[in-house]
Order: sequence, then C-alpha cells, then structure tokens
Amino acid sequence: MTLITSIIIFTLAMFVGIELITKVPVLLHTPLMSGSNAISGIIIIGALAAAGAGGTLGAVAGSIAVTAATINVVGGFLVTDRMLRMFRGKRK
Amino acid sequence: MWNKIIRISSDPSIRSLVFLLAAVMFIFALKRLSSPRTARLGNLLGAAGMLLAVLITLASSQIVTYTWIIVSLIIGSIIGVSLALAVKMTAMPQMVGLLNGFGGLASALVAIWEFWRQPLGRADHAPAALAAIASLIGWVTFTGSIVAFAKLQDLITSRPIQFRLQKPANVLAIVLAVAMVVLLGLAPQNQWILILLIILAGWLGVSLVIPIGGADMPVVISLLNSYSGLAAASAGFLLGNAGLIIAGALVGASGIILTRLMCKAMNRSLLNVLFGGLGAHVAAGESQARTVRRYTIEDAMMAMQDAQEVVVVPGYGLAAAQAQYAVREMADHLEAKGVKVRYAIHPVAGRMPGHMNVLMAEADVPYDHLLDFEEGSREIEHADVVLIVGANDVVNPAAITDPQSPLYGMPVFDVRRAQTVIISKRSLAPGFAGIDNPLFYDDKTMMIFGDAKETFTSLVSALKGE
Repeated sequence: MTLITSIIIFTLAMFVGIELITKVPVLLHTPLMSGSNAISGIIIIGALAAAGAGGTLGAVAGSIAVTAATINVVGGFLVTDRMLRMFRGKRK
Repeated sequence: MWNKIIRISSDPSIRSLVFLLAAVMFIFALKRLSSPRTARLGNLLGAAGMLLAVLITLASSQIVTYTWIIVSLIIGSIIGVSLALAVKMTAMPQMVGLLNGFGGLASALVAIWEFWRQPLGRADHAPAALAAIASLIGWVTFTGSIVAFAKLQDLITSRPIQFRLQKPANVLAIVLAVAMVVLLGLAPQNQWILILLIILAGWLGVSLVIPIGGADMPVVISLLNSYSGLAAASAGFLLGNAGLIIAGALVGASGIILTRLMCKAMNRSLLNVLFGGLGAHVAAGESQARTVRRYTIEDAMMAMQDAQEVVVVPGYGLAAAQAQYAVREMADHLEAKGVKVRYAIHPVAGRMPGHMNVLMAEADVPYDHLLDFEEGSREIEHADVVLIVGANDVVNPAAITDPQSPLYGMPVFDVRRAQTVIISKRSLAPGFAGIDNPLFYDDKTMMIFGDAKETFTSLVSALKGE
C-alpha cells in the first residue's frame, strides 16, 4: 500500500469517526472512551506479527507489545460491557 | 486442513478484506453507541471484529513461532480480565488512562521492531520517518498515561507540579522531537536518532502531563485517548495496514471530539489547559469573613417533600462518599410522594467525560432521569429545590458574575434560579480546582454539613418515618 493510499484512508476514516462520535450522547461518553480505547488495541495485530516472527528483538518487543495490547483489548471491551450493562431505562 | 487455512489466510488480498471487515464492525460498534439501548450489542460487535483480526493474523505463514504469542496472550488476558472486573466505577478514569498507556506502548514497540528488523542501512526514508512518528506518539502516550494514572490514583499529588522554565523546556522538547523525526527520515541509517527520540518522547509524556492539575484530568485523559488511536494509526501507515489506519483514525477522532467538548465545558482553550496549571496558586483568605447558614436534615426533608420538583446536581464527591445509593433511595421515596426528581449532570462532573452518568447508572438511576447540560439547565429553572451533592465548581456563580474568578465564563448550572438550594458538603473546603464558592454564603442556600452517605441515609429514614 502506498503512502498516498494510507493518507486517503486515514483522512476518510477521520471524517467517518467525527460523524459517528458526534452522535454519541454525553450519557455514554465514558463507555465510548473505554470502548474506543479497546478498538485502539487493534495494534495487537502488529504485535502478534512481531512476537511470531522469530529473532530476539521480535520476541522481546513483540511479547511486551502483545501483553500490553491484550490488556488493552480484553480489559477495554470487558469494562465497557460492565458499564453498559448498568444503563437501564425505566425501573418497574 | 490447517495448512489450507494458513494458505488462504496468508493471501494478502484475503487478509486485507478481513481487516476491512473488522474495521467495518468497529464502525458499527461506534454507531450503536448513539443509544444506551443498542450500545451493549455494539460493544460485543467491536470485540468480535477484534477477535476476527487476531485470528486471521495468527493463521498466517509469517508467524514462525507461537511460544511467545501464547504466553503473552495468556498473561495479557489474565491482567485485562482482572483489571476490568476489579475496577471500581469511581476509578474508571485511572483504568482508561492505564489502558491508553498500554495501547501506546504496544504501538511504539511495534514501530521500533519494524524499524530495526530492516537490514542495517536499508530502511527507506518514508518508513523511517513513519517509525519515528509512531514511536514518538506511542511513547508520549505511554509515559503521559502513567503519570495521569499516578495522579488520579493519588500516587503522586494531583496539584500541578510546575518549575521554572517548564513551558520553554516543553516547547523546545517538542521542536527537538519533530526535528528528530525529520532527521531520521532524511538519514535512516542513523539508528541512534530513534533511540534518542524514544528517550526524549518518554520525558515529554511526563513533562506535558505533570503540570496539569487534577481538575483538568478529564481533558488529559481524552487527549491521551486520542493519542493512543493516532499511535495505532501511524503504526498502520508504517505496516501498510488499512485496518490499523481506520481503527486508529476512529479512536483519534473520538478523543479529539471529547477533548474539545471538555475544553468547551470549562470555557478554556486546549493550550490553556495544557500549559495554564489551574489551581497551582490558590487565593487564600476571604472565606473566613463570611457566615454560612447551617440547617438540619429535617429542614432539608421539609423543603424537598413540599416541592413539585427536585433537581439533584451530583459531583464526584457524591461517589467518593459512596452516597449515590442513598441519594437514589431518597429519590425513590420522594417520587412515591409525587415529587419529580431529576439529575442535572455537568459535562465535567466526575473525573472523565460522562463519568457521573456511569456512577449514577451504577446506583440504578434510570438513564432518562440523567439530564445533560442544556436539559438540566432548563429543568433547574422550574425546580423548587436544587440539591447539590459533592459538586462545587460546576454550580459556582462566580463563573457568571465575577470576572476576577478563574472560573469566569465557564458554563455552570445557574442554581440560584431555583427557589431553594440545598448543599450537602463535608466542610467548607474548596473543590478539586481549589476555588472558593460564593454560593455557600447565599441567602437561598441551606448548608447541610457532614458525610454525604450519613446525611442521605438519615434523610431516607426521616422520609420513611413520615
């Protein structure tokens, strides 16, 4: 993928992001942060490639990166779910 | 069978399409966050997208050893699950801060690995510069988040830590960092530049966050959230992976919007928050000269049960005192007597965007009773009683009337429009930002001193006794 393609994708994705996020009510801003945080853990795919590539640098940097990204992903989605479960409408 | 899977999933086109699918699932996840009814399923969709991306990466011929991967995945999952299940809702800002930091760390390490795995002197100009950018953003996110975590967790003081020449030093460090990115791009064989940049970025993260006071932490957490996304996106540029770029950009956009919202809610510019150090110098005196009226729990009960409508303005102090359950129980009793009870939530109430809503939802307050700034302000105009618990700066009238106040111009709830203002407070100590509040001395104000949890537990018993 060329740099120009990357820049195009990035720019369009930013606009999509802005459109989506402005529609999220203040009520859900904390779950939004923890949830989007989990999404930024997508770097785990780069980390997995590094940890699995063989070689010392890959093993060291990759393992730390996979561990950190896994905490980010697993912790992020789980804690978001915990919060969203608490939001209820009218009580009976 | 396994070989076939590996062969298919190692095909670059298939991989790109699967990453695109994951990115689309992230977009739907965020779209569903527009309503509390659909949000939970949206979050699960996002998690499924992530799982898909991980699986296709694992089933690739590029991966020659699974040992480190399995060990790291297990350790990371155990830590992630324990953190997510153990964290208290009041500690959510620290949690998100810490997770931001881990995301940034992972991005920086991936960029560093990608740079050094190129044969010596063979790295191209653009990849070298991209590796430098991703390492810079990732590393600043990591150390900055650790400092933010330490401040929120009270491991270090939440007051701004400032020293002489701090601003010029930070500006110089930023200029140097940018220069290093350019230099490494021009001369990729000079690997030591990247090492220097990592050290500088580590320092920069610390020194950018350390002068910011506790009251401004919501902005910092939002900004770091944005950085963690931008770090992932820049790593995506380096690896040429569209999935990373899209996901990173979405998170980057989210953080930027929340940062702007927080700044607007405090009527301050981002530069002012980052370099202003609000609360570093607290004006003393004054408050001793004026008197406050103390009232009893019975007075408060009378005022509230005779009201048509009570609007509660909760602040972080309410949750810190663990009083949200007692407040909700009180509201139940009042509603049973025909009093309408609503909650007006200021955008900067709590310690991160939307924090107060989560804390009230935890106490089983229905979300349609939780009003945002505009709705809350409207409701306060017809309220008979405004009940302020653990909030301070967001109801400070000085923000409207006193041009000398550091809060002047910040949108606050104008609670004096209500008939009566009841404030439950432990003492006259100023709020998180360290600014005095003239509302305490107002004629309309009934001050109830004491621990919020005890106050509202007594109020509940008093209401039951009637």
